[in-house]
Amino acid sequence: MLRYLMQRIGLALLVCVAVSLLAFTLLNASGDVAISVAGEEATAAQIDAIREQMGLNRPLLVRYGEWLGNAVQGDFGNSLFFRQPVGELIADRLPKTMTLAVMSLAVMLLLSVPLGVVAALRPNSLIDRAALLIAVLGQAMPNFWFALVLIVIFSLTLGIMPPSGSATLKHYVLPAIALGYYSTPPMMRLIRQGMIEALSSDYIRTAQAKGIGATKIIFKHALRNAVIPVVSLSAVQFGNMLGGSVVIEAVFGINGLGFLAWESISRMDLPVVQAVLLIVAVFYIIVVLAADFINAWLDPRIRIS
Amino acid sequence: MTEPLLSVRNLTVDLPASGDRLHAVSGLSFDMYPNEIVCVVGESGSGKSVTAFTAMGLLPKALKVAGGEMLFEGRDLLKMSRHEHAGLRGKRISMVFQEPMTALNPCFTVGDQIEEIFRTHTKLSSAECKARTMALLEEVRLPDPPRVYASYPHQLSGGQRQRIVIAIALAMDPKLLIADEPTTALDVTTQAQILSLFKTLKTTHNAGILFVTHDFDVVAEIADRVIVMQKGIVVEQGTAEEVLNQPQHPYTRQLIAAVPRKREGAAPPLQEEIALQVKGLSKTFHLGRTLTRKARTVHALHPTDFTVRKGETLGIVGESGSGKTTLVRCLIRLLDPDEGEIWIGDRNFAKGSRESLRAARKDIQIVFQDPYGSLNPRRSIGEQLIGAPMNFGVSRDVAWERAKRLMKIVRLEEEALYRYPSQFSGGQRQRICIARALMVEPKVLIADEAVSALDVSVQKEVLQLLADIKRDMGLTILFITHDLRVASQICDNLIVMSHGKIVERGTVDQVFGDAQDAYTRQLLSAMPGRGWEVPDLDALSA
Repeated sequence: MLRYLMQRIGLALLVCVAVSLLAFTLLNASGDVAISVAGEEATAAQIDAIREQMGLNRPLLVRYGEWLGNAVQGDFGNSLFFRQPVGELIADRLPKTMTLAVMSLAVMLLLSVPLGVVAALRPNSLIDRAALLIAVLGQAMPNFWFALVLIVIFSLTLGIMPPSGSATLKHYVLPAIALGYYSTPPMMRLIRQGMIEALSSDYIRTAQAKGIGATKIIFKHALRNAVIPVVSLSAVQFGNMLGGSVVIEAVFGINGLGFLAWESISRMDLPVVQAVLLIVAVFYIIVVLAADFINAWLDPRIRIS
Repeated sequence: MTEPLLSVRNLTVDLPASGDRLHAVSGLSFDMYPNEIVCVVGESGSGKSVTAFTAMGLLPKALKVAGGEMLFEGRDLLKMSRHEHAGLRGKRISMVFQEPMTALNPCFTVGDQIEEIFRTHTKLSSAECKARTMALLEEVRLPDPPRVYASYPHQLSGGQRQRIVIAIALAMDPKLLIADEPTTALDVTTQAQILSLFKTLKTTHNAGILFVTHDFDVVAEIADRVIVMQKGIVVEQGTAEEVLNQPQHPYTRQLIAAVPRKREGAAPPLQEEIALQVKGLSKTFHLGRTLTRKARTVHALHPTDFTVRKGETLGIVGESGSGKTTLVRCLIRLLDPDEGEIWIGDRNFAKGSRESLRAARKDIQIVFQDPYGSLNPRRSIGEQLIGAPMNFGVSRDVAWERAKRLMKIVRLEEEALYRYPSQFSGGQRQRICIARALMVEPKVLIADEAVSALDVSVQKEVLQLLADIKRDMGLTILFITHDLRVASQICDNLIVMSHGKIVERGTVDQVFGDAQDAYTRQLLSAMPGRGWEVPDLDALSA
């Protein structure tokens, strides 16, 4: 088990380095920072001077090493646009996006697990079809539109939820519903399929032969086996929510990481983009790693080979 | 006489409307008493398992009990609520299933899965639960109970898992134990141990055991009484002695005649010409290599030599893990052997890339175990048959003529060429697979457990077919099997494999009469039904 954990962590670190190297190289190849810093009117000499001043004329690998060394200590340099340390910017924005992602994940699981289980108990019944309909609606609607519908109903008409901002947890409820609902269908299908498979397996028959009650069979014996792939997909979905929440952040006026990344890309604010990329990648890798560990804990076949 | 434990009267179970007959079980009546083993025998579709599952209240939803009664301890199992029935399950009536590999939940320790039955049916403290569980592990003769207790199912072998399932079934000391083909998926030696366990349990627990099987040798081994079922109807019942030695019904006789037995009489002399020669063939697997850990080496096949002469049928017998599958895979180069030579004619099949072997592949063909998975369900039989010879440059018309001829040889209608696999039974499909293998006129045919998945009477037909083809076409056959009885029926010579090595070789008579190796002797003594001479059925009917 310990060996398994160490292997996974080692692999995760390697992926982190690879991702950061790739991000750094690609971003530097995508445009000249010196030109964008100097402004449109600058002469070639001015640009060269800026290049010299920022150290951009040194080899890429050297700059990468320097950047990574600083990044590990939390120093991502200064934003070219905000004129403040990137670290501070991220410390301000990251918690908002994390809150949104965690709450969206919760919404997704709260929706998809019960729907999937209920659908699997009576496959192809009316309940199954209804559950499927609810889930598919989530993906059929563009999520910004669904977000607007939520605002119209709960904020403008009923007046029980704030329409935008990120001051309190309550502000995150509607965005989390919009984002979580959108990710529900694949998850619900996975749970439904997993439960159908588990419920028709031989060990369920053995459990029935022992005289165990139906509830315990469903929740102990079947669900435990059905959730194993769910954990992996949750990790992927969580990654999508971290990196892909920009539309929802924009609709609800949440000043999160996604929004920051979008702004910075359009302004060619390279230090910020690089930092956001790295942070999101690292979080994503951590979540996938956590999913591996949870799976190892859930599934003894992984834990003990 | 004592009260019957289970009394079944006129039980009828309906099949779904689309089935080929109306009832899964029809008008079934029998009694079971404590301290006896009743064997229900029949082929697939006979309704024997349906009977077992009805008693457990675990019938698939598609099947409905249409009438009759099933009295257990004076109460009708068919009339009680689902809740009441669940209360009996595991406590008064319990069941052991066919497939031990999947019968246990992979996510929980076996200790937990046994204890669960105490937690469900009793109010014992957790310490008492554990003590009772340990005692059970002892009773089913599992080695090192504390270790097994903490193990997960995937850490145990098939035989060990079946003992766990039996321990679960015995936990509450039930009066009725139902066993549905509990040894069919196990190796012969493990089967012998499990059967003897059942015999002991009958007396120690004073229980009635309803034992479902298709194998008359197993019946001979353990049954007190026998019920023979065909298509949902009981065709014969009586004591084991009566049914085994004086079978009355034609179907019973047909089943008993199909029990594989050593062929009597001297084998015809073999030709001198060598069809297949294997020299020093070996294969080692390196498993689980990671950055930090060295690979675990498994010698799946130690250097192996044997020769097969033209027209010979060589049986290769071994239990799971004996290396016979690795040998087959190396022979047809689905695996690349580490070393050694495979000579067919003047070509070394072990040499050269797999691509360069394409043209030579027609010399060695194979029939696999599973007739259901071996044919493409979406292409007609004819299309599948002519594909192989056309690959080797035979024209479509010639290939089609050959396919028609082979249909006759495997005793199917020419019409079959236009039909699809789903329209055939398992036995028919296996005959199609044999025809497919013969389409390219191979020099050597490998039958890899080719009859293991078939019902006994079908198995007999296919074996007969192979013997006829071999005689008429002078074919050389490598017959791979786990079943010594089947091998002895069709083979000229036998090789016994264990742990990747050949441990015994010789003619069938030599191996059966004078085995040199300890493992072979163990295998022979583990064969069920050895004390039973199949009666001379012709004399009986006269």
